[in-house]
Amino acid sequence: MIIDPEVVTLSRLQFALTALYHFLFVPLTLGIVWILAIMEAVYVMTGREVWKRMVQFWGVLFGINFAMGVATGVTMEFQFGMNWAYYAHYVGDVFGTPLAIEGLMAFFLEATLVGLFFMGWNRMSRIAHLLTTWFLALGTNLSALWILIANGWMQNPVGSAFNAQTMRMEVTSFAEVMFNPVAQAKFVHTVSAGYVIGSMFVLSISAWYLLRGRNTDFAKRSMTVAASFGLAAALSVVVLGDESGYAVSENQKMKMAAIEAMWETEPAPASFTLFGLPDVENHTTHYALRIPWVMGLIGTRSIDQPIPGISNLVEDAKGRIHTGLQAYDAMLVLREDKDNAQAKAILAAHDKDMGYALLLKRFMDDPRKATPADIQKAADSTIPNVPVLFWSFRIMVACGFYFILLFSVMFWQASKRQLDKRRWLLKVALWSLPLPWISTELGWIVAEYGRQPWAIEGVLPTALGVSSVTAGQVWTSLGGFVLFYSVLAIIDAVLMVKYAKKGPDGLGLWPPSEPVPPLTNVAAHAGA
Amino acid sequence: MFDYETLRVIWWALLGVLLIGFAVMDGFDFGVAALLRVLGKTEDERLVMLETIEPTWEGNQVWFVLGGGAAFAAWPQLYAVSFSGMYLAIFLVLLALILRPVGFNFRGKVHDPRWRSLWDGVLTASGIVVMLISGVAFGNLFLGAPFQFDNDLRMSWHGSFFELLHPFALVAGLVSLTMLLAHGACWAAYKADHVVADRAVRVARWTTLAYVVVYVAAGIWLAYGVAGYAIVGPVVTDGVSNPLYKQVAHGSSWFASYLEHPSFWLAPVLAFAGAIGVQLTVGKKGLGGFLCSSLMVAGTILSAGFALFPFLLPSRLDPRSSLTVWDASSSKGTLGLMLAMTLIFMPLIIIYTSWVYRVVRGRVTLDHVRGSGHTY
Repeated sequence: MIIDPEVVTLSRLQFALTALYHFLFVPLTLGIVWILAIMEAVYVMTGREVWKRMVQFWGVLFGINFAMGVATGVTMEFQFGMNWAYYAHYVGDVFGTPLAIEGLMAFFLEATLVGLFFMGWNRMSRIAHLLTTWFLALGTNLSALWILIANGWMQNPVGSAFNAQTMRMEVTSFAEVMFNPVAQAKFVHTVSAGYVIGSMFVLSISAWYLLRGRNTDFAKRSMTVAASFGLAAALSVVVLGDESGYAVSENQKMKMAAIEAMWETEPAPASFTLFGLPDVENHTTHYALRIPWVMGLIGTRSIDQPIPGISNLVEDAKGRIHTGLQAYDAMLVLREDKDNAQAKAILAAHDKDMGYALLLKRFMDDPRKATPADIQKAADSTIPNVPVLFWSFRIMVACGFYFILLFSVMFWQASKRQLDKRRWLLKVALWSLPLPWISTELGWIVAEYGRQPWAIEGVLPTALGVSSVTAGQVWTSLGGFVLFYSVLAIIDAVLMVKYAKKGPDGLGLWPPSEPVPPLTNVAAHAGA
Repeated sequence: MFDYETLRVIWWALLGVLLIGFAVMDGFDFGVAALLRVLGKTEDERLVMLETIEPTWEGNQVWFVLGGGAAFAAWPQLYAVSFSGMYLAIFLVLLALILRPVGFNFRGKVHDPRWRSLWDGVLTASGIVVMLISGVAFGNLFLGAPFQFDNDLRMSWHGSFFELLHPFALVAGLVSLTMLLAHGACWAAYKADHVVADRAVRVARWTTLAYVVVYVAAGIWLAYGVAGYAIVGPVVTDGVSNPLYKQVAHGSSWFASYLEHPSFWLAPVLAFAGAIGVQLTVGKKGLGGFLCSSLMVAGTILSAGFALFPFLLPSRLDPRSSLTVWDASSSKGTLGLMLAMTLIFMPLIIIYTSWVYRVVRGRVTLDHVRGSGHTY
């Protein structure tokens, strides 16, 4: 059956939009929940009321964001079945497992505890509430771990093999799937990015209070926590991002080459293109400003291994399409005659390349009838969008280094107890608020757009994964998402701004009035 | 440890556990939300109702998310075919589920009666949509769905959204709706201030009665008006998961498995016993009424699952494409691993969930919400 390209495009667009939207909220949850955990630990250790109030105030903003994260997360879990049914069938045996474990181990924990975090202040002991907050933090972060194990497998499909009888990938070693080096690197990089977002959020809003001369004690304490946590996170996100880059170069050479706009293989160690204008048609990069050796060191951790360029990788892909076709042919034989020894041997030898034969399915029903021109076309289709990857990556990395600088300076100011001394610094901190979101979204674009044309690297082309739905159906859902998500985004933004502006003073949280209101009063007081 | 056949039966049972967990734990949240304006005449009364579910609904909804995840992992074709085939219906459920977390959180954040009644409407509608569509989808399982597989096991679906609204499926939708409204009312009778609880008792009695009527009607219709499916020829229970390796006949009775296994009758008996129990105990406004409605919910889902067994999702277009317990599961290794994970984590989930319910125990009174000037 020929796949409708419009359905593919619309389904990809919908997935990209809903995933990027979901990830506006997730990283803030991941990061701010640890800041809440730190603040509450200080409260329990010192018994000083202001720290409890800090947890409660930042908790209100956390709550608004958490609701959006949960709401948009359900979409992700549904969409694999709704829009990517063949994908769900083809890899559910492997990919579904981490998602299910995420539910069992992590999401249940965080969702069950979040209600108590808000409503349990007066119902349990300090220690019990602190434990609730800590387990809530643990739950959200474990949740990220399992999602990234699933995602890591899409980038580097280890621990699994194709089964011709069931026409799908099946697990051969779950330990390999779990300890996939790509997944591990992605997990630490991604949660660190979340910690940067959480820290920036607290830092920027606190800076705004200091600029206004409001809530100064409250804001300085919050900023100190955010600056220290943010500095550690920013260092970790860059260092572990480098680890992630190394892992990518091991198994996704094309993605690496596209990020670097490296058209031809260079002699080792390759140089890093700091700036340039990638020219897709002529396979060259204009005005390239190159730093010798750096790319080779990052990508291979050596000075003598070359990093292959795009043109060479396309040639490799052609070779793999040819061997993949042998595997495909053997698979068809096995489907009719499951004991055919010769076909079994061929499939076993070449099943790692069968996905490359499936690249042809976008263009024809029977890949075995492919002409050399078709094969060239399929091989060319393995090149992702070079300029988008090139620029997304560079902006992301530049942001990463900027975060280290900013958090270092703020940390220094906090250590010298001079956080409110330099107004321009506070303004910089305030206006830096959107940057970690931009860099995080770009990070996902590099990771997922850079994975194209594959849904599962080397195994299942994205176009093949779609459901047999009509374009009209996907238009309907896409329109619905755009409409509902836009409305929710506006409400979310309005509420966030409203409560940030009210601040701990406006909410009656700090300085304490008599009697000190419990947390659940927050919104009521806000409206009163 | 277990052979493939046993693992498949265990995972069929676990799918049932998840469905029942969802209907029992999340079902009363939907019921309460749908009855928000019926039982809560004033803002304070609605605050009481919301607070009876507020601290726990989020955890309850994970039963649904986990059900999706477990279906993906253990029954990938069931997940793929049902979610993509019933695309627009699932999309409506999804919208309803998206609006719930934000509805609960955002409703109290602005002090304006129009704002609050808007979110009341959203929460009510989302409760009704999920309850109805879940039932309609279940009804369609018995009717068979219009799908088939090609040799690559790519599924194609040849039906529209409106074809899902077959009269039998609508009756099934009503079973689900009345059952969960009764379940929600039993919860409100147990947890809410007596002013609200007294209304909830009356609503619980009427909805339980309505439930019994539509449940019996659906059963009679199923016996006389809906043809069942049966696997023809030898049934291979530990073969590879490829639906196309079997033959299926359409035209038998869905009650065949009940004749074969008389113990299955315990399920509908449980449902009726639960319904009678609700009538007898809900007036005491204790936990008893809620436990009885939980039995009613569990019995209803079991009775449907038993009738379908071993089918998960039959195809009326191409019966051999039907998904059954024996040919739609994940590999043996995946089922085994997932079982181990479930055995480790499910007890933990039950422990901390019980702890949370213990912390928030007690009736939510009007004085309480007035006194605290509550967020929600």
